[in-house]
Amino acid sequence: MLVLDDVTVRYGDRPAVDGISLDVADHEVVSVLGPSGSGKSTLLRAVAGLQPVAGGRVLLGGRDLAGVPAHRRGVGLMFQDQQLFPHRDVGGNVSFGLRMHGAPRAAARERVAELLALVGLPGAERRSVGALSGGEQQRVALARALAPSPQLLMLDEPLGQLDRSLRERLVVELRQLFGRLGTTVLAVTHDQGEAFALADRVVVMRDGHVAQSGTPVEVWERPADEFVARFLGFANVVRATVRGAEAETPWGRVGVAASGAPGAGASGERSLLIRPAGVRVGPAGSGLECTVEGRTFRGEQVLLALRPERGPSLEASVALRGAPQAGDRVGVGFEASEVVVLGE
Amino acid sequence: MDLAGREVTRAAGGGKAPRARTDTGAGRRRRIPGAAGRLALMAVPAAFFAVFFAYPVGAIVARGLREGGTWQLGRIPDVLGDPDILGVLWFTLWQAAASTGLTLVLALPAAYVFARFDFPGKQLLRALVTVPFVMPTVVVGSAFLALVGRGGVLDGWWGVRLDTSVWAILLAHVFFNFAVVVRTVGGLWAQLDPRQEEAARVLGAGRLAAWRHVTLPALGPAVAAAALMVFLFTFTSFGVVQILGGPSYSTLEVEIYRQTADFLDLPTAAVLSLIQLAAVAAVLAVHAWTVRRRERALSLVAPETTARRPRGAGERALIGGVVAVAAVLLLAPLAVLAERSFAAPGGHGLAFYRALQDSDGTFAVPPLEAVGNSLAYAAVATVIAVVVGGLAAAAVTRRAGPLVRGFDALLMLPLGTSAVTVGFGFLIALDTPPLDLRSSWILVPLAQALVGVPFVVRTMLPVLRAVDDRLREAAAVLGASPLRAWREVDLPLVWRAVLVAAGFAFAVSLGEFGATVFIAGPDRPTLPVAVARLLGRAGETNYGQAMALSTILMAVCAASLLLLERVRKNQAGEF
Amino acid sequence: MKRIVTTALAASLAVGLAACGSDSGDGSGSGSGDKSVTLVTHDSFAVSDDVLEAFEKQSGYKVDILKGKDAGSAVNQAVLSKDNPQGDVFFGIDNTLLSRGLDNGIFTPYEAKGLDRIPRELQLDAGEHRVTPVDYGDVCVNYDRAYFEEKDLDPPQTFDDLADPRYQDLLVTENAATSSPGLAFLLATADAYGEDGWEDYWSELRDNGVEVVDGWEQAYYERFSGAGKGDKPLVVSYASSPPVLDMESRPKEATTGVATGTCFRQIEFAGLLANAGNTEGGKALIDFLIGEKFQQDMPLNMFVHPVRENTELPEVFTRYGEEIADPHTLDPAVVDDNREQWIKTWTSLVVK
Repeated sequence: MLVLDDVTVRYGDRPAVDGISLDVADHEVVSVLGPSGSGKSTLLRAVAGLQPVAGGRVLLGGRDLAGVPAHRRGVGLMFQDQQLFPHRDVGGNVSFGLRMHGAPRAAARERVAELLALVGLPGAERRSVGALSGGEQQRVALARALAPSPQLLMLDEPLGQLDRSLRERLVVELRQLFGRLGTTVLAVTHDQGEAFALADRVVVMRDGHVAQSGTPVEVWERPADEFVARFLGFANVVRATVRGAEAETPWGRVGVAASGAPGAGASGERSLLIRPAGVRVGPAGSGLECTVEGRTFRGEQVLLALRPERGPSLEASVALRGAPQAGDRVGVGFEASEVVVLGE
Repeated sequence: MDLAGREVTRAAGGGKAPRARTDTGAGRRRRIPGAAGRLALMAVPAAFFAVFFAYPVGAIVARGLREGGTWQLGRIPDVLGDPDILGVLWFTLWQAAASTGLTLVLALPAAYVFARFDFPGKQLLRALVTVPFVMPTVVVGSAFLALVGRGGVLDGWWGVRLDTSVWAILLAHVFFNFAVVVRTVGGLWAQLDPRQEEAARVLGAGRLAAWRHVTLPALGPAVAAAALMVFLFTFTSFGVVQILGGPSYSTLEVEIYRQTADFLDLPTAAVLSLIQLAAVAAVLAVHAWTVRRRERALSLVAPETTARRPRGAGERALIGGVVAVAAVLLLAPLAVLAERSFAAPGGHGLAFYRALQDSDGTFAVPPLEAVGNSLAYAAVATVIAVVVGGLAAAAVTRRAGPLVRGFDALLMLPLGTSAVTVGFGFLIALDTPPLDLRSSWILVPLAQALVGVPFVVRTMLPVLRAVDDRLREAAAVLGASPLRAWREVDLPLVWRAVLVAAGFAFAVSLGEFGATVFIAGPDRPTLPVAVARLLGRAGETNYGQAMALSTILMAVCAASLLLLERVRKNQAGEF
Repeated sequence: MKRIVTTALAASLAVGLAACGSDSGDGSGSGSGDKSVTLVTHDSFAVSDDVLEAFEKQSGYKVDILKGKDAGSAVNQAVLSKDNPQGDVFFGIDNTLLSRGLDNGIFTPYEAKGLDRIPRELQLDAGEHRVTPVDYGDVCVNYDRAYFEEKDLDPPQTFDDLADPRYQDLLVTENAATSSPGLAFLLATADAYGEDGWEDYWSELRDNGVEVVDGWEQAYYERFSGAGKGDKPLVVSYASSPPVLDMESRPKEATTGVATGTCFRQIEFAGLLANAGNTEGGKALIDFLIGEKFQQDMPLNMFVHPVRENTELPEVFTRYGEEIADPHTLDPAVVDDNREQWIKTWTSLVVK
């Protein structure tokens, strides 16, 4: 459906998007994930035609979009702060795109009602957008973007401003909705939870480049490099010397899973990730000596901050029941299956 | 200046900051102080306006229309039945409408360019564009004569003369009011989130459709407010029409002057004054209404985030066009003025400036002393205007009932009232001790302050309204007493606004002519009065001196505006 | 009652203002002491310092001079503040405005010392002595000698000449509604052709290409070829304009001349203001204004003729100027009755 071929966007001399290639298949939901400033919003604006492209091609449904103005591209864009039109009521906002496409009045009215019902705001046509809550505004913005039936729907931090519980609920609703409608979606977000929950495929961006692309599970399990790993929130990343199924780390010798890992079999100086779940915590005296410096409650799990006798600090995820207290001394071992050799 | 009531909305911090809703409900974030407190704040400005505006104007109107203790209202239909007066009314109306239309056509593109694009020299140009607004009408009149009049630049080049044609009047009106539109509309435009238009574009609206459906509705009230202000200023135009109109064009204000000063026909003048007052009040009422309509939520962002460098030939051409129009229409007259001030008989030089130091019979004092007089008068007027206007703004900060709104509109009334009426009103009303001020110098700053107050109110109001009560609460929680909280929170936020308000009041006082010319003592002329008097005298030296004084005045105005522009730039929010 | 409230309000507000407002020029009006006398006048008033000082020394009064704008607004201002005048003596009301002042009762009668030296025909209020003539001047058409010599044409001398096709497109005059010489010229034609005839005459003038500008400066210095770079050899100006023009350059012969048949006489008066604070001082000041010293000093300060008989005229006046023997005049009452209507008629006839 959408093909980006070596697309570059510049602000002045600085490339915000630097030679990105990306495909989005029909009915696929793709999330672009990255920290702020990584160029992900710019990417959306370039596809929408709001930002001129300095190099490369953007194709939608096989058509090259070069020179096609924003209003003829047939894409939908939901802005991160919605940008509802304050001078129009809910109905006026949702029907805006229909009017611009010359839809007959009656048909538009029907479609608006249908969309408002779809997003869970039936009969809200006459309400003023200023009187809506944040979640309601989000729904209206979604309805507005969907109304002209765009070939591609783009979402810029769609749930960024909402509180957690609402966000989690809406993510599920959105996923169901897109599945039902068969919408092709390109979303950008800085929130991995949101990206993983929403998308069929996740693209991690860094400084205008694609750092990794894959299913949520692939990305989560096998971060491509130290940047992706740290961006996903993993703290136990160190330089190590890998030799076959073993690696020499500041924490001592660590086993490395033989299969599956992208870096498996590689040898030499590499970055190594040890997932917190792969840090086995036992009684003091066995393995690496550590002091528990802090505990963060994570529901069923507790995240421990450990100060080892050598090497940088470690994070470990352990079951709530029987978790050690701050100040306790423990012995730590490593689970080879949770150790990942990262790309450079 | 931003008279069009920029108090509407406050900017929502940074560009990406969310803004779920624009709060218009003042009550939620602000304590409503007792009515008594508000009345106390209103007392000083109310008294000021009662004594120095309502009373003198009432006195002169009464002198014309009261006979033997009864109002002779029968004069009204008589005056209105006079075909000459009807002609004047008609001309006043249509030239104001035409001037307003022309100003909008020329200034709206400039507002757009200033709001949306970054280009070298923008800051300077923005300040320069405002200079004409505070120039005295006499100076502008003479500048336009030098440009389009007999023997003017255009006459010399192509034999084109526009003086005594209505075009000269219209162009001079555009010259004066360009900044009103650029600042009022452009200021808001710069704060409108460009993504609103983008949202429309993505939904299938072309550039023009997006502008029409999204930007225009948001901008509409600001455009209307600016248009009404321009209409008000041109409807009451005096100096420009008198200098450039020749014998055949006369506005209501000029006619009031003629009836009063030439014929001493006070009844007719009184009726005309009432008509003008009614018209101005009507315009102000509509204006207040549009301003209130603007208090609707808008999606606003910090202005510095919305401008960008131009892209493509079309945008560059637009900027070039705007700069060219500004240069030809606004800067050329000023430049010609400055050029003439150096064009001494023996080649270019400072001869006319040197001549300003001599007293030669036109004045009892060397004309250069007018500079000192002007600065002193304007300084006193500024103090009065800031005190009166500041208190008035504080009183109407809380958006409240019709009383406050009425008071707000009342403060604007002096802007549209005939300066002749005010001047003569001062002379006949303020003549009894303890208010025998007729021959006191304080009369001049008082009259100037009357015109300065509306500017102070318009400048201070939005900032006062923007000071969030929660900031005071935060200070209180951190241990500040109410007075301390005011000093630590309100004052730092407001002082800049006070400074800007004072700057505008100063510039406006400096340029005030209509009333000052009636009441300034002959031995203490202000700059504009001295210019007018020099222009009224024949001879190259007098003309050159007038140009030199005008240039000095222009330089002072431009310098203070550039200074303001710096202060204003760092201002949080926008007004 | 309302006035009391307003005044009280004003008083409380103005305490500070008035306190600092008494620094200059405030010695005038009702609040002044007996030792100063205030002259209210227009902006063209001028007197040599030594002459004024001599009067102050001799009389013991300090003279404050309060100048307004032009003569018309100064008179109007005096009318408006007649119950509480700004000074003691008003100078500068001329015969075209005299009735306005007299009818509004702004003056108190005073028979000045030295009145017997002034010709009777200048004493327009001889019966009551509310005003005293101080100077006079004539508004006449001026012509550019060089132009007419070059064209070998006789300069016009009468109103009829001006309407003659030989002088087509040569005359520039001032707007009667806004300019004092413009009005005087209109009044002169009204005297010459009568209240019924002047309109026809102006139609002829219009057809003969008369140009109207707003003010005297513009007409004389911008349009008139004799004094500036203009191209009109005929202009409505003053009989004293030729001497003033040649005062500095002092050519052999005057560069401009006066059409003596087109003159209208303006007489300026002074009067003691009713309700004046210092009547005695005012009387002394009026005596001074028609006294020998002031009368001699006046011509070169204000370019007008002294009214006092046998006052010696400056040499430039006799050398370059002309004495107008039989100027046109109009009864001030007639002027006052018709001024507004005539200006209106004139405006629609000539300007619009």
